Parts: sequence; C-alpha cells; structure tokens
Amino acid sequence: MQQLEALTREASALAGGGYPVIPILSANEAEVGRQMQICNACRYCEGFCAVFPAMTRRLEFGKADIHYLANLCHSCGACLHACQYAPPHEFAVNVPQAMARVRIDTYAEYAWPGALGSLYKRNGLTLVLATALALVLFLVLTMAARGTLFPGPLAGNFYAIFPHNMLALMFGVVFGFAVLALGIGVARFWREVSPASETGRSQEPSLRRDATVEVVTDVLRLKYLDGGHGEGCNNADDRFTLWRRRFHHFTFYGFMLCFAATSVATLYHYLLDLHAPYPLTSLPVILGTSGGIGLVIGPVGLLWLNLRRDPAHGDLAQRPMDRGFIALLLLISLTGLALLVWRDTGAMALLLAIHLGVVMALFLTLPYGKFAHGIFRSAALLKNAIEKRQPNRLQLGSE
Amino acid sequence: MVDVLVIGGGNAALCAALMAREAGASVLVVEASPREWRGGNSQHTRNLRCMHDAPQDVLIDAYPEEEYWQDLLKVTGGITDEHLARLTIRASSTCRDWMRRHGVHFQPPLSGALHVARTNAFFMGGGKALVNAYFRSAEKLGVQVRYDTPVVSVELDGDRFVAVRTTKGERIEAKSCVLAAGGFESNREWLREAWGQNERGEWPSDNFLIRGTRFNEGMLLKHMIDAGADSIGDPTQAHMVAIDARAPLYDGGICTRIDCVSLGVVVNREGQRFYDEGEDFWPKCYAIWGRLVAQQPGQIGYSIIDQKAIGRFMPPVFPGTTANTLAELARKLGLPEQAFVKTVEDYNAACRPGSFDHTALDDCATSGLAPAKTHWARPINTAPFYGYTLKPGVTFTYLGLKVNDRAAVHFGGRPSPNLFVAGEMMAGNVLGKGYTAGVGMAIGTAFGRIAGTQAAAAARKVEHATA
Ligand SMILES: Cc1cc2nc3c(=O)[nH]c(=O)nc-3n(C[C@H](O)[C@H](O)[C@H](O)COP(=O)(O)OP(=O)(O)OC[C@H]3O[C@@H](n4cnc5c(N)ncnc54)[C@H](O)[C@@H]3O)c2cc1C
Ligand code: SF4
Ligand code: SF4
Repeated sequence: MQQLEALTREASALAGGGYPVIPILSANEAEVGRQMQICNACRYCEGFCAVFPAMTRRLEFGKADIHYLANLCHSCGACLHACQYAPPHEFAVNVPQAMARVRIDTYAEYAWPGALGSLYKRNGLTLVLATALALVLFLVLTMAARGTLFPGPLAGNFYAIFPHNMLALMFGVVFGFAVLALGIGVARFWREVSPASETGRSQEPSLRRDATVEVVTDVLRLKYLDGGHGEGCNNADDRFTLWRRRFHHFTFYGFMLCFAATSVATLYHYLLDLHAPYPLTSLPVILGTSGGIGLVIGPVGLLWLNLRRDPAHGDLAQRPMDRGFIALLLLISLTGLALLVWRDTGAMALLLAIHLGVVMALFLTLPYGKFAHGIFRSAALLKNAIEKRQPNRLQLGSE
Repeated sequence: MVDVLVIGGGNAALCAALMAREAGASVLVVEASPREWRGGNSQHTRNLRCMHDAPQDVLIDAYPEEEYWQDLLKVTGGITDEHLARLTIRASSTCRDWMRRHGVHFQPPLSGALHVARTNAFFMGGGKALVNAYFRSAEKLGVQVRYDTPVVSVELDGDRFVAVRTTKGERIEAKSCVLAAGGFESNREWLREAWGQNERGEWPSDNFLIRGTRFNEGMLLKHMIDAGADSIGDPTQAHMVAIDARAPLYDGGICTRIDCVSLGVVVNREGQRFYDEGEDFWPKCYAIWGRLVAQQPGQIGYSIIDQKAIGRFMPPVFPGTTANTLAELARKLGLPEQAFVKTVEDYNAACRPGSFDHTALDDCATSGLAPAKTHWARPINTAPFYGYTLKPGVTFTYLGLKVNDRAAVHFGGRPSPNLFVAGEMMAGNVLGKGYTAGVGMAIGTAFGRIAGTQAAAAARKVEHATA
C-alpha cells in the first residue's frame, strides 16, 4: 500500500514537472514488455503473424503498445514452438501465454460498465449463473403464460407461448445493451492504443479504405490462423493444423447464418406480415438450419481441439471461459435444432423455453466473455492495417 | 541391427537421417540432449546461403557460383578446399525444394532483412522451426530417435565402423554410421587448452560465452582424432562475435549481439580504443569483434554511443548503461574516468565533418587518430550516453575431421567404407577460418545429405557382403 502511494506521488510529481506520466505496468504487462524486448532483438518469428512486424516498429513497449500487441496475437502457438528461448531456456519466452494473460486484463479493464469487468475473472461461474437465470426466467414465463410447460401440440406456433412483441422487446433490449457495452469497451481500447495524433495522420480516405478492406478480409478469412505459410497454426504440438481455422469458420459463419435467420424472420414478420412457424423450405428455416449445423460442427471441433491443446499455449486459468463459451454456443445450436425437429409436439413449449434461455444467456454475457476476443482483435487488426501504411520512424541499418 | 546410425540431432544429423531413410535404410538417431534442448546449434540459426542464377522464390536477383566462391575465398583467406566448397555451393542451389518437402518454410523477405534477401534464404520461425519440421518428418518416415544419449566412443575394425558406446556404457551396432555431433565449443576444458594462457597470465577462454548449445562437447571429435582419424583445422579457430556480457553462458543465441559498434566507439578495460569501428558494415565485420575483444585485457570491451545513434541499430536485448555525462558513464561502467573521457574527447576532436549515412559507407571519418574510424565517425556528444559491455561469444569451432566429396572419414589418407561425417564436425574442410552468414547450414545440409545417402549405400553393401 505504501509502495502504491509512493508510486502515485511519484507519478503526479512527474506529471507536475511537465513530464508525461508513465503508466505503471501490471505484472502481466511487464512480462509482455520483457518478452517483446527479447523478440525484438531476435525477430525469427517475423513471418508468422502481424504481432512481430508491428513490434519491429517500436523500441520500447509502453502500456498501450502492450495492449495493442496482446490483442493482435491470435494465440496460434507458432512462435512458442519455434522459439529458441522457450522454457526451459532461462529467458522463458512464451509469447502466446504472456499475451493471453494481458488480453483478459484488457477486456476487464475496458469493460463497460467498469464494475462488470470483473466478470471476466470468474467467467465460468458468470456463464453458469447467467444461463441458469435466463432458463429459469423463460420456464417461469412459460408456466405463467400457459399454466403448464406441456400445453399439448401447438403446431409449431411459438407465439402461442410468447407473444412476438414481448420476445422482440426482451431480446432487443438485452442485445442492444450488449452492443452498447461492447462498443464502449472497444472504443475505450481504441482510444488508448491509437492516440488521435497517430491515426490522424492516416486519415487520407484511400488509405483508410484500403486499411478497412484489408481488415475485413483478414477477419473474415481468419488470416492469422494460417500460420503465415498456409499450413495452419499449432494445437497439440509443433505440428501445424488448419482445423482450428476451419472450426472457427464453422462457428463464425454458423453464428452469422443463425443471426441472418432471425433478421430475415423479423423482416418477414414486420414487413411482409408473414408469421412463424415458417415452412421447412422457407428462407429463415434454411438459414437457421444450416447455421445451426455449422454451430454444432464448429464448437464441437473447437472443444475437441481445446481438450487436446498444448497446455503451454495461452493461459490455463482462462480455459473455463473458453470452454464455457463454446458450450453455450453448442447448447444454442442443439436446442435450436431440437426445437425444429419437435416443434409440432407437446415438448415444443419446454424446448422453446430452453432455447430462448440459452440464447438470452449468450446475449447477457456477450460483453463479458470470450465473445469479446473477436471484437478486440478486429480493432487491433484495424490499428495494424493503418499503422502499416505509415512510414516507419526507425532506421535500423544493419542486420 | 539398424542400417544407419546417426549421431547428433542438429541440421546435419537430420539431413543425413532423412536421406538415408529415403534411400530405404532403417535409421536410428541418437541425440545427446533431452528432447526440449534438441537441435544443437541449428536451433539458433536463421538462414541458409544459397547460390542461384536468377530470382527464385524468396531470393532476389542472382547469386552465382563464382560470386559465392569468391565470398568464401575472401573470408577464409584461402583456407578452404575448392572442390568441397564448390560442391557445397552447388548443393545450396538445389536443396530448398527437398527441405520444403520435409516441412521447412522459408520466409518472404521482410523489414530488416531486405539487403540479405539476395544471398540468404530465411527460415520462417528460425532454426528451431526447421529442426522441429525435420524431426516430425523423420518420425513420420519411421526414423527412430533417442534423446539423452550422448555417444563417447566409436568401435572400429581398422577403418571400418562397427559400433558406438554411449556414456551409459550401452553399445549400439549398425551397418554404417554418420557422425554429426557438432563442434567442441561447449567443452570449456578443451577451449582452455586451445587458447592457452596469454602474456598477462589470463586464460582468455574462461571469459568466453557460448552462443549455442551446451551439448556440443566434442567428445566424439576428440575420440576420433585419438583413434587416428585425419583432422583438419586449428583448434583456436572459431566463429566469435562480441556479444552482450550479460548473455547467458550457453544458448544466448542471436538476440545477445550488440549492433551499435559501428555507430560509436569501442574501448577496452583501460578506456582505450583498439580497432576501427567503422571498417565496414556491421554484418560484414561483426565476426571479427569476438577475437578483437578476446585479445583485450580481461577479454572485455565497451561499446559507447550517444543519443544520436538510438533508433538506427537493432534493439539490444538488455538495456544499456546510461548517463548524462561521459564521466558518469565511465563511473557506472567501472572504467578509468580520465582515460575514458580523454579517449572520447580525442575521438570527437578527430571527427571530420561529412554527410552521415549509416546505410552506406559514408565519408564521416576521423583524421590523425590511431586507430582511425573510417566511416560513420560522428562526435559522441549528445546526452544521454549509452554503454554496452561486450564479451567474446563463440559460435562454433572449426577443428574437424577430414573428408572427401563422399563425406567419408579418413584414416591415414584412406576413406572409411562405412563411417561418414557431416556438419560442424567437418565444416573446417570448407571453412578453415572466417565466416559468412548462412554457410554453416549450407555445409551441414550439403554434407548431411551426402553422408546420409552414402551411409545407406554402405549399409546395403554390408548386407550384400554378408548375404
Ligand atoms: C547463435 C547462432 C546463430 C547461427 N546462425 C546461423 C545462420 O543463420 N546460418 C548458418 O548457416 N549458420 C548459423 N550458425 C551456425 C550453425 O549453427 C552451424 O553451422 C550448424 O548448426 C551446424 O549443424 P550441426 O548439425 O553440425 O551441429 P549442431 O546443430 O550443433 O548439432 C549437433 C548435435 O549433436 C549433438 N551432440 C553433441 N555431442 C554429442 C554426442 N557425443 N553424442 C550424441 N549427440 C551429440 C548435440 O546435442 C546436437 O544436437 C549459427 C550458430 C549459432 C550458435
Ligand atoms: S518468440 Fe522466440 S524465436 Fe520468436 S521472435 Fe520471439 S524470441 Fe525470437
Ligand atoms: S502465438 Fe501466433 S499469433 Fe500470437 S504472437 Fe505467436 S505467432 Fe503471433
């Protein structure tokens, strides 16, 4: 405590003296700084991903640089297996692990509202509680609406249980909040890693457009899980595999198709006055079914890879968060598909309540769980795409 | 009994094992180190010097045989076997596709390395990624690998290989054998013996750091020489670089080098300069600084720069000692203050104005100073000042076994029918002294592949003879 006060005094004294305040690094951040210093003098991993070329534009690693680089890292593991300084070497370089530890701190630090940031620290528990609560909510609502969970066949008519407007309102509010919270979080991150003075210089429209196009394609292709050489990233050992990238794609596009299904159904409902249940060959059902299948294959695959992952990759303490998120996505697709299969039976109300419960749980935890990685990483990639287009101030002659 | 026994687990050994296996032999690799330290010095490498007559995948322009040979001739001062050198050079132009087939990736030229993209192909992820790829490929092809198995001696029947003995006393027989167990740079006693005692009564090698593996103790090399194998090279010849004095004793690898030498001055323990820091581009002359520092009292040197140099050289792994005045820097580095300040002031006064350009051999030179600084000489006058302490770092030793173009070990001038050698253990045939980046891997790859092929053929011959 005394030390902290001394540090604070020192910092404000520095600020008063006209020096820029040097933000004090956390232990996790300092560790990334230490490792980046080693990597910057070595640079053998330059070809694997964007982290290393971004690193070479710097000689020192401040807090903002560390947050930026940590979120640029895709935890592919390639640089760990290639590292001549990996443990048992005394330099103990393990970039994916150091980056992962900082990443979760950044999510928590930039989270909005700030107090909820701590949910990241116990994410497994958060997920379980959110899911349980949302499930109970929908089960109780079902009972209240129909007096029973098994109202007998309703011919797939969901709205016989929940009026459409009520669902739209509930999910609209929660989803809106999730978007807002994530948006504020990532905006805070962006402000710190990209001071206006830096990005300002690149505001030339053509540059900005190029950078945006690059980021969107990199995100959609998951470029940095290709290992830099197209053979993929590492999972269980020093062998490369494209399966992590593929299962991510199944998950991502499966999710997007389900999202599209819901959006189309909403348009049908309000614009065309076409109401659910939709026939099996209708657009919303086709989108939802294919998305659901993708969202089964992807998460099952990711879970399988996660169980086999080299424990040296990433941060073991975050595994409950990773696996919890994967499990939730899997639950959503499984319950959604089950609902499709049994929508004409007496079990429909119960299945619907469960499905809506897990979807609600996902929406509730979006800004405070693994989902954030995609958003923060995309922001870091955008910063990288802009930065790459700026001249490098360093002139390292030799080597 | 296995057909081909390969001793070592670095680049040369793995190239030999893969080739022997591809030729149909059963292969056992025995590596002294535990699995996590496998790969010897090869795990610290970055690139391969390649001949090419036109732009090829990751290589730009052309680097023809003759130019490569002239470069090698220059660095070795003629201490090289032209036949074996040209064989290595030619092999370097055709080995990349084979390497790729075994999982090695080359990196497209990136930021700092553009100007070497003509002569050298860079491994993506460096040598450890290469070694991993070779081990994966070897295991997939059915090559057996045993770690933690140092070999101490070779049992011979005249000039014919019979078996080896490990430190644990185990005897391993094979029809033929490839020795690829590296140099002797991590054998402190041998280094001491080779470097001896200097006129100041110091044992210089006691202050050397080893840039690579701790497992290259040269036991096998010593044993072979004692057993009558023909040797080549001088035990004091080694590739030596001036590296950060705080580097670990072993495996400091690439990141401990100090690249600011040509931007400032280097003084010894007495605060005196001793060599032209601006003789040539740093990559061209960095290999002479290890020996230069080794000749100074206490085998120590200090690279001194000022603020103007920051951002113009590869960032060092450890932070430098900083000070706001030269006198303060001297105190912090433990240098005699007066002598040091005078050296720097004399140097500053001798710097003639010119147009500084650290990317070219510029016209900033000293006049009337001994030793002169012939390029990039700018006064050291802008605080903060930085100092980096230097020690000699041994990369690898050159003393090795004599070979012919079939990589055969020789006894009294006669090649053994079934004992072969590759890599650092015979690099001295091509590289009698000096060094130019990427040649170590070129020699190991060329002779590793030859040795593997020859060993497989020799094993088949043994089979026919006994069948
Ligand atoms: C820091 C550094 C950077 C370098 N960079 C480059 C570069 O970029 N390009 C280049 O061409 N060269 C480079 N070199 C040189 C290069 O490392 C060597 O020329 C090359 O690796 C030699 O390969 P090798 O297989 O002969 O030896 P090594 O790779 O050293 O392998 C020797 C193996 O033998 C094992 N061994 C030792 N003794 C025994 C025993 N008694 N029994 C069983 N096994 C044993 C060791 O454990 C080791 O695995 C570099 C060297 C260093 C140290
Ligand atoms: S991860 Fe290791 S090998 Fe790769 S750049 Fe960093 S220090 Fe070098
Ligand atoms: S783990 Fe992969 S993405 Fe992260 S820094 Fe290393 S190579 Fe780059």
